[in-house]
Amino acid sequence: MITRGFTGRRTPEDVAARVPPGQALTTDFPVLSAGPTPRIKLEDWSFTLKVGPRPVFKWTWEEFNALPQTSYVRDIHCVTTWSKLDTAWEGVTIDDLLKAAGVEAAKPFVLAHGFDGYSTNLPAADLAGDKAMIALKYDGEPLAPDHGGPARLLVPHLYFWKSAKWVSGLQFTDVDTAGFWELRGYHMVGDPWREQRYHDDP
Amino acid sequence: MNDAPSAWRTATIEKIVPQTSRVSSFFLAPEPPFAFRAGQHVDVRLTAADGYQARRSYSIASAPENNRSVELAIEELEEGEVSAFFHEVAAVGDAVEIRGPIGGHFVWSVEDGGPLLLVGAGSGVAPLMAMARHRAARGSRIPTLLLVAARTWDDVLFREELLELEARGDGFAFVVALSRGAASRAGDHGRRVDAAIAADALSRLPASPLRTFVCGSNAFVETASAGLVAGGLAASVIRTERYGG
Ligand SMILES: Cc1cc2nc3c(=O)[nH]c(=O)nc-3n(C[C@H](O)[C@H](O)[C@H](O)COP(=O)(O)OP(=O)(O)OC[C@H]3O[C@@H](n4cnc5c(N)ncnc54)[C@H](O)[C@@H]3O)c2cc1C
Repeated sequence: MITRGFTGRRTPEDVAARVPPGQALTTDFPVLSAGPTPRIKLEDWSFTLKVGPRPVFKWTWEEFNALPQTSYVRDIHCVTTWSKLDTAWEGVTIDDLLKAAGVEAAKPFVLAHGFDGYSTNLPAADLAGDKAMIALKYDGEPLAPDHGGPARLLVPHLYFWKSAKWVSGLQFTDVDTAGFWELRGYHMVGDPWREQRYHDDP
Repeated sequence: MNDAPSAWRTATIEKIVPQTSRVSSFFLAPEPPFAFRAGQHVDVRLTAADGYQARRSYSIASAPENNRSVELAIEELEEGEVSAFFHEVAAVGDAVEIRGPIGGHFVWSVEDGGPLLLVGAGSGVAPLMAMARHRAARGSRIPTLLLVAARTWDDVLFREELLELEARGDGFAFVVALSRGAASRAGDHGRRVDAAIAADALSRLPASPLRTFVCGSNAFVETASAGLVAGGLAASVIRTERYGG
């Protein structure tokens, strides 16, 4: 349905191919979360890897920072329709994390858990193959609390709510278990190129 | 599947009411109408002649008790693609597409109980207004305090209606924190929301709130929720909705 009088602000030609349908570019970095920003002390921070209900590995902040660090420059896409190009992150890829723990991602799904009780679910395949990391730095600086610091999951090719803030662990599961927003109507996968915003989007 | 909660529907603009210098209410009649809960939002989609589309989220400001007409309170942003379209181009009789209701976290109904603390800035008052109107429509006496942050008294969204709701004497009150104007009513504040204002809001409720909803820009939500936590409120009762920035 054409909206009378609407012309719209077009994405510049040179980057248009990088912006998924229904998204608009932003230069700032908006913040969205379900509650107040938790402040997690580094000495209280830990990261737990679980397979099913079983914890298989746990790192302290120091141990986690000693893991191999990787840099990503990626475009990110928020379901509230902003996209941001060329964001720069540093952290530990999920591939390196599993290698360090000596675990194979034998299960098809993952629940990411946060210190604030938040969780989000995604296919394990979306974390493997150098596609995702636990990010510790943004733009060369330690990740700020309102952007999910000390550490957040970064899965840049999915809508950004999947990139759980204040992440405390990953849990591999047999069953695709709906996380916080997924229980509240958001999509189980969340691919921005397919506009998988809400649960009934194909 | 036209009835799926998130199917796009045509919604006709029935009425446009300027509320403050920057915010107007747009009353939309979706076809078909849909049920929603106070605090939920819709996505609005605009389509240009060549098929280009823009979509944005807007909270529903009206009470769920009347779902024939959905009120959106839209603030005009300089160069804003969608908000400026509403303010400068859209007219009564025009149609847009909406999808909803969306959101299952930032919602409240009288069955959820109270006391209830609502904290909003700018157009962030919209979903809180839906809760206040829902409460009034249901004749609830749940103790409720709305803390509104605005630049001046004239920028307080829904001010006249808030005064009326307060005058009912049914347990609803509102407090204003003005960043650029002197407070005119006793008990209002002439400064930005800080920890002391948050603590003062908490002290005006007969008991600690069972639910607290904070809505506005990210900077506002950060300050206000940090102030509430500093004032002794458990972080777990605070739900936030951030409009961006
Ligand atoms: C759950 C939810 C509920 C919301 N509810 C409401 C509500 O009830 N009322 C309300 O008013 N808003 C609400 N919002 C915000 C709303 O969705 C929009 O973000 C807001 O209206 C701005 O959209 P826009 O298209 O007008 O501005 P955009 O075009 O998105 O721009 C936003 C700002 O950035 C600047 N900008 C960004 N990119 C460019 C560019 N390339 N060129 C120039 N300027 C640029 C603009 O000048 C503008 O000031 C809500 C948001 C969420 C997530």
